Amino acid sequence: MHAEHSIDEAGPKVYGMVAEFDDPDRIVAAAQKAFDAGYRKLDAYTPFPVHGLDHAVGFKKNMVAPLVLLGGLTGASAGFLMQYIAAVLHYPYLIGGRPLLSWPMFIPITFEMGILFAAFAAVFGMFALNGLPMPYHPVFNAPRFELASRDAFFLCIEAKDDRYDEVETRSFLEGLGAKQVSVVEA
Amino acid sequence: MNNNCDHPKLAQLQSRALVIGGAGAVIFLVGGLFFGREKFFQSYLYAFLFWNGLGLGCLSALMLHHMVEGRWGFMIQRILEAGTRMIPVMFVVFLPILFIGSRVLYPWMPGGALADSELIHEKAGYLNTGFFTIRSFVYFGVWIGLTFLLNKFSHTLDKSGDQRLGLRMRWVSGPGLVLYVLTITFASTDWGMSLEPEWFSTIYGPLFIVGQGLACLAFSTIILSKIAQDKPHADVMSTDYFHHLGSLMCGFVVLWSYISFSQFLITWSGNLPEEIPWYLNRMSPSLNVVAVLLIVFHFALPMFILMQRRVKRGATALVVMAVWIFVMRTVDVYWIITPAFHPKQLGLHLMDFAALAGFGGLWIYFFVAQLKKYPLLPLNDQRMEMALAKSGNGHSEAVEHA
Repeated sequence: MHAEHSIDEAGPKVYGMVAEFDDPDRIVAAAQKAFDAGYRKLDAYTPFPVHGLDHAVGFKKNMVAPLVLLGGLTGASAGFLMQYIAAVLHYPYLIGGRPLLSWPMFIPITFEMGILFAAFAAVFGMFALNGLPMPYHPVFNAPRFELASRDAFFLCIEAKDDRYDEVETRSFLEGLGAKQVSVVEA
Repeated sequence: MNNNCDHPKLAQLQSRALVIGGAGAVIFLVGGLFFGREKFFQSYLYAFLFWNGLGLGCLSALMLHHMVEGRWGFMIQRILEAGTRMIPVMFVVFLPILFIGSRVLYPWMPGGALADSELIHEKAGYLNTGFFTIRSFVYFGVWIGLTFLLNKFSHTLDKSGDQRLGLRMRWVSGPGLVLYVLTITFASTDWGMSLEPEWFSTIYGPLFIVGQGLACLAFSTIILSKIAQDKPHADVMSTDYFHHLGSLMCGFVVLWSYISFSQFLITWSGNLPEEIPWYLNRMSPSLNVVAVLLIVFHFALPMFILMQRRVKRGATALVVMAVWIFVMRTVDVYWIITPAFHPKQLGLHLMDFAALAGFGGLWIYFFVAQLKKYPLLPLNDQRMEMALAKSGNGHSEAVEHA
């Protein structure tokens, strides 16, 4: 009844093709070869962070770092301003012979506020950018995919990729030493 | 077992260091005749504290490395060991300060400006010439003892392949780090803080510990960059290790700022007559410029630059940062030590430069000579093999897109 749920004659929509590997070195090499072969829309799923895999799948940069910087600067200036307003404008008391703008005393709170807001920016920015929490993802349809959090390593080439081809991509992935290659429905 | 593999960059560094060191030493010694004994020993102490601190930084980093056995540590282990072997040399360099210079440097010594002060009399149980001399010998005894053990185990392991030696180095390093922190705390109190003997700060020792560690990391990065492309490093090196050293430098820059600022904040908050003179002696239009230089170029800029991944992974950029930080270390030690001799004045003198260059050039000359004596990477060390194996593809750059 709705377009995205309809099943036409061509069968269900395809999300991509998933290949299973059984050790981290192999998946890095495979991802590297896939990238070199011209595939760009690829992603890897592993039980633990695998060194070099981010480069192999062609991951460059995301916006989290600039967000953290922005959060940190916002927090730090808010922290400093808050103390300035309290100690200089609203309650101008002379304490221990120090000037009203006793800036060294302001540094710890300025620093802490900077860290706090940078941490907020990192956590919430990460969630906003990666789309978590995500209860459903097409790649869950891959057989044995639950092992991605135990001892198996999956490389997915999405159907959106310009070079994606049902037959060619399958033989390419099989040629990389994958244990199993399967097409995943969207 | 190629002990003397040809490292053109090291040879070049060594010959340059000899020229600069020789010229500096000649100017320093001749200048001593012109500018008098007092100026001579003031500059002498400054240069000694900086360059001896570099050797001690190598000792602490070496012990830390044996405790954690990280991959980056094995890459610079031989650099650190050669650095520690300069401590016995610096002991000889220290003797003129101990037996001649201390009388003109330390105002609490007999005949000094504060020898008759009541407060100093109260401190005489600690601040007296005999105990000062004994303590200095104890510090060097501890440092040279640790240097001897760690170097001996390491070189024996090269030859015999007896893997128990790796464990033994770790056993020495644990207690060694405790001894290091204690001796540096006392040594910096004796040699640095007691230049202004009425003043005290309990965080003074950590200031030196962190400063030495930072100088050593910067120095190791510079030396590693000179040997990384040649054998034996070329076979195992990776940008990752420069990245690790860059992260460590970034951490130490922040730690240095934290400790330096803590001392200032506590003094500022207390605002007590016995605590503030040290800062008052360092607050004047000319010395404030140095303080701002330290805040900007020893803290803010290096921290933000070293945070960036591409700087830490770009060999040239990281070496530029290492040289930068190394230079700022000399400024920081200058700011901590020399205003004791000329309060509120910058007092920058030809003798300070001559001493720093003279001691430094000769230090580096002998350091390179020591470095060349042994293989540039540990041999037969299973800990290193395991550490490198654990990295998986970490030491191959094949996976990186340019």
